[in-house]
Amino acid sequence: MSKRHISAVVNGDPVEFLTEPGRTLLDALRDDLGLTGSKEGCGTGDCGACSVIVDGRLVCSCLMLAEEAEGRRVETIEGLAEGGALHPLQQKFLEHAALQCGFCTPGVLVAAKALLDSNPDPTESETRYWLAGNLCRCTGYDKIIRAVMDAAADLRQARV
Amino acid sequence: MTDVLERPDNQAALKVVGTRPVRPDGADKVTGRATFGADFSLPGMLVGKIKRSPHAHARIVSIDTRKARALPGVKAVVTAADFPDLASEEYEAGESASNLRDLSLNCMARGKALYDGHAVAAVAATSSAVADEALDLIVVTYDVLPHVIDVEAAMAPDAPLLDETLFTEGLETRPQAPSNIAKRNQLTRGDLDAGFAAADVIVVGRYTTAAVHQGYIEPHACLAVYASDGQCQVWSSSQGQFMVRTYCAKVLGLEASDIRVIPAEIGGGFGGKTTVYLEPLALALSRQSGAPVKMVMTREEVFRATGPTSGAVIEVKLGAKTDGTLTAADVVLKYQAGAFAGSPVGAGSMTALACYDVPNFLITGYDVITNSPKVAAYRAPGAPIAAFGVESAMDELAAKLGVDPIALREKNAVRDGVKAAYGPTFRNIGYIETLEAIRDHPHYQAPLGPHQGRGVAVGFWFNVGGESTAAVHVGEDGTAVVVTGNPDIGGSRASMAMMAAEVLGLPIEKVRPIVADTASIGFSMLTGGSRTTFATGMAVTQAAQKIVADLRRRAASLWDVSEDQVAWLDGAAVCLDHTKPDLQPLNLAALAAKAATTGGPITAQVSLNAQGAGPGFGVHVCDVEVDPETGNVTVLRYTAAQDVGKAIHPAYVEGQIQGGAAQGIGWALNEAYLFDRDGRMENAGFLDYRVPVASDLPMIDTIMIEVANPRHPFGAKGVGEVPIVPPLAAVANAVSHAIGIRMRSLPLSPPAIRAAIDAG
Amino acid sequence: MSQLDYVAPTDAEAAAKALAGGGAMARALSGGTDLLVQLRSGRLKPGLIVDLKKIPGAIGIRQEAGGFVIGAATPGAMVGEHAALAFAWPGVVEAATLIGSTQVQGRASMAGNLCNASPAADSVPALVAARAVCVIVGPDGRREAPAESIGVAPGRTSLKPGEFVLEIRLPPRPPRAADAYLRSIPRTEMDIAVVGVGVNLILDSAGRVAEAHLALGAVAPTVLLAGAAARTLIGTRVDDSALANLDAAARAECQPISDKRGTADYRTKIAGVLARRAAAAAYARAEART
Repeated sequence: MSKRHISAVVNGDPVEFLTEPGRTLLDALRDDLGLTGSKEGCGTGDCGACSVIVDGRLVCSCLMLAEEAEGRRVETIEGLAEGGALHPLQQKFLEHAALQCGFCTPGVLVAAKALLDSNPDPTESETRYWLAGNLCRCTGYDKIIRAVMDAAADLRQARV
Repeated sequence: MTDVLERPDNQAALKVVGTRPVRPDGADKVTGRATFGADFSLPGMLVGKIKRSPHAHARIVSIDTRKARALPGVKAVVTAADFPDLASEEYEAGESASNLRDLSLNCMARGKALYDGHAVAAVAATSSAVADEALDLIVVTYDVLPHVIDVEAAMAPDAPLLDETLFTEGLETRPQAPSNIAKRNQLTRGDLDAGFAAADVIVVGRYTTAAVHQGYIEPHACLAVYASDGQCQVWSSSQGQFMVRTYCAKVLGLEASDIRVIPAEIGGGFGGKTTVYLEPLALALSRQSGAPVKMVMTREEVFRATGPTSGAVIEVKLGAKTDGTLTAADVVLKYQAGAFAGSPVGAGSMTALACYDVPNFLITGYDVITNSPKVAAYRAPGAPIAAFGVESAMDELAAKLGVDPIALREKNAVRDGVKAAYGPTFRNIGYIETLEAIRDHPHYQAPLGPHQGRGVAVGFWFNVGGESTAAVHVGEDGTAVVVTGNPDIGGSRASMAMMAAEVLGLPIEKVRPIVADTASIGFSMLTGGSRTTFATGMAVTQAAQKIVADLRRRAASLWDVSEDQVAWLDGAAVCLDHTKPDLQPLNLAALAAKAATTGGPITAQVSLNAQGAGPGFGVHVCDVEVDPETGNVTVLRYTAAQDVGKAIHPAYVEGQIQGGAAQGIGWALNEAYLFDRDGRMENAGFLDYRVPVASDLPMIDTIMIEVANPRHPFGAKGVGEVPIVPPLAAVANAVSHAIGIRMRSLPLSPPAIRAAIDAG
Repeated sequence: MSQLDYVAPTDAEAAAKALAGGGAMARALSGGTDLLVQLRSGRLKPGLIVDLKKIPGAIGIRQEAGGFVIGAATPGAMVGEHAALAFAWPGVVEAATLIGSTQVQGRASMAGNLCNASPAADSVPALVAARAVCVIVGPDGRREAPAESIGVAPGRTSLKPGEFVLEIRLPPRPPRAADAYLRSIPRTEMDIAVVGVGVNLILDSAGRVAEAHLALGAVAPTVLLAGAAARTLIGTRVDDSALANLDAAARAECQPISDKRGTADYRTKIAGVLARRAAAAAYARAEART
């Protein structure tokens, strides 16, 4: 079985890896690139723990073949903070205690960033429906929603 | 060790406990750096996978692994033959006692497959693809047997038997024939018949719940190394590294000191990770192959082969006077145990009437084995199910009497000095205050619109103490490290640091907690039973107090005064001797700098078996709207009050209440194990096993009542489990009121509601 | 060990050739949100995956001859962002944007949804009611077929070996026309539809229904074009009595099964309820247009 050579840009950096056909982008991120921040919670696109942003679109990396990443721009949780500085979303999650076990958190943060990139002033309902694909079993979502909306307010302020 | 402690000074002026600092593991968790069970790798690592029975009940006639072993890339294949055949032995390492033989057989079937998904063999190979192919090459011959899953069907005299040697325990006389009923337990008080005879009103109901899974988002995962000299290391996400060590030692016949278990961060447990499934297999595969073996479950395996909690039948009969005073209660609980005995029906029985002061009652519990995965603990195990029945029946009673549901609870509430239904006498409980908090909350008075209904329910959990060890080490610059052996499943490590910081008088940033492996800290019972903040917190506090006593001694020696002339205030030793006014306070940094000359390293360790855990009470109110044509339920508003003792970190206590309530709402509305005619789970994935999503829930308002537990240095009671007990009935009562029809079966799926409405 | 190969051709004819060459072991890939799940579960063990996304026009929406053309690999999110499409076909757009989560929306395509041939597919009832036409490319050239002809049984399509859907065409819209799609799911999101109903209405100048199309999903082995039910609306203003007739007629056309997602009885009842609600919504939208 011959492997395919893939070139992509991940979190702003050019990367290359080899993959057998049939492996997912999630497999490649975790096992080939050492980016274990994206998690496998279900492998079927139902939990969102593997969420990444590809060419500006929020997707489940477990539902993309590694080969489909060829030439694409991928953003993962590892790219959310800039240098050592946490993104406002990350900061708000800590302030609001919007995580307990932390397993769903990378996926939720990536999804929330995609939300605020497309809608800087979401209502509570819009936030909940946007994040419906990110399962959390620990928090009941309350503090997550508050943290996202608070971060949105901060980001809108910063733009003013 | 001591269980009643002196309170730290300045209880009224707490500086750290009760605040909301950012959690110490926070940066790692929000950047994806934190390492969970599946995130570890070692050079030469193999992939381990499990071959599982496709039959719900079958004799395993033969297993032929030759072709699998011969496949290039396969380095090990194990079956039951590679594990010792253990004798039946009860052992307490998990949340409650486990039968070691059953645990071992659940990890690897021996002779019989008892549920669809039961492990029958395992392989380790150089890649996932090779492992999959190897599994296909293992030939298992089964003699398929009739199966039984429904709890009452399993209790029937003609039911297929899972274990021909099982005779029901707990009956007056030993039965003649084996059955699937492993045990019957009973709790009684007073005279049941007289109690019902004295009643003006009687309510009878039969309630049912389906099996539901803890639903943690992280599948089970571990990495194990069995070295050629017999020393083992295991990285695993579990609720207790010592539990993992013990079970691996027992299942494999190894010595505890030869196994070092390193706790990974854990992506949710809720009780479901208080046992082992993969670790003994990974070690056995590593032993055979001579390489590290990583095993990660798929989501489908998590559902098919790890413990959900019981599906159940709850029969409740209540008798009361017209003024609402309960005179009698008869509760029968029938719980599925899954393939091996050990459902939480005992705890369900003990908690069923715990909130009520009832003079006459009989509670009967049946533990029933079924061809479904062995049940595991799920957050207040057994209590939500019993509460669903009792709280629904109480709601029916309130309606029949024309009495407000909270007033009915207040009328019959347990208080300090009352003997609990399960035995001990209640002290320092905050149940009445919790009822009043909901009664007086604006939610309770808010008007309701068409097709809307409100439900109230109460709940109880004992919370436990148990064995914990904690160590505190002061560094050369006066900062501190707190070491415990309890995996952090809800933010507990932050609370450990906070309690130590409070005692030491340090700001929270200068006290860092770590969760250590089994070789680096003394024994701790696992994280569960809402025990960590209570018991491990007690050990942490005592260790910090020992440090403070040591620091006072060192200061006294430096100042050449007696120890009783030295106080510890705001993180510094202060001389109380007025004849020596020139002595400036010595803070931790100053004393640490002089450690070598005042006695050596500044460190303390405490091991204890904490007694006096405070039970917790919760009162929840829920508003729903039902679409009468589709049966869809919208949860409009949810408020949860709980008696927490003392909220060490209020945000994490709120989080426990919100998370438990959300799980209970899911249990009430849409979660259930669905089996086909062949006994296979039809919905073994998050698509059709429907946990609540963000758009399904409103904000969940919480009220924390602080009636201190005097047995804990800061007054804390366990908080994690109570919140899942009331929601099942709170939601069912709300739906019942919204549609004017009593719903007695969970889940309240739209088709079930529509059918009830159509039936009138 | 199964050998799996992957190609991403840059024109439609090459893709058809690759698919035909792969025979029964070849599968077309657009969004992948169904295919990857089937690969992982072992339900599918293809030998060749032909990625359509590099074919020009596979991703994108254009207006042509008064109608819309939607490329086969256009993700639902892109459909949702297209203002002109959302104005002309609110039902098709709401159906497409209901498929799965936001993440799934980032990849899932209507053509993929259609060709996966699940009777419960969300976008299909709206496409069928809209009278959408699929442009199909195969080794023998191109052809067109109505959307409702694609699915023939659960998981099976009428596509011949080597054929794939290249794009979906929606007809031009008369002035007083609108559609709507509603589905029944147990939660608020993330579920496969227990029932799905798409309604497409064209009104005359007096506000009466001149043309009506109704499609039912998840109540039969394939999505049903419920002609008899739709006809009950002709000439009406979709008042309560017309809706009551529609309810009964929609129910009469159902042939549902009972499965883990719903009973036959429930599906039938809900089909009637959603037919009423979707028809009322489509009518209100159409009436608001001049």
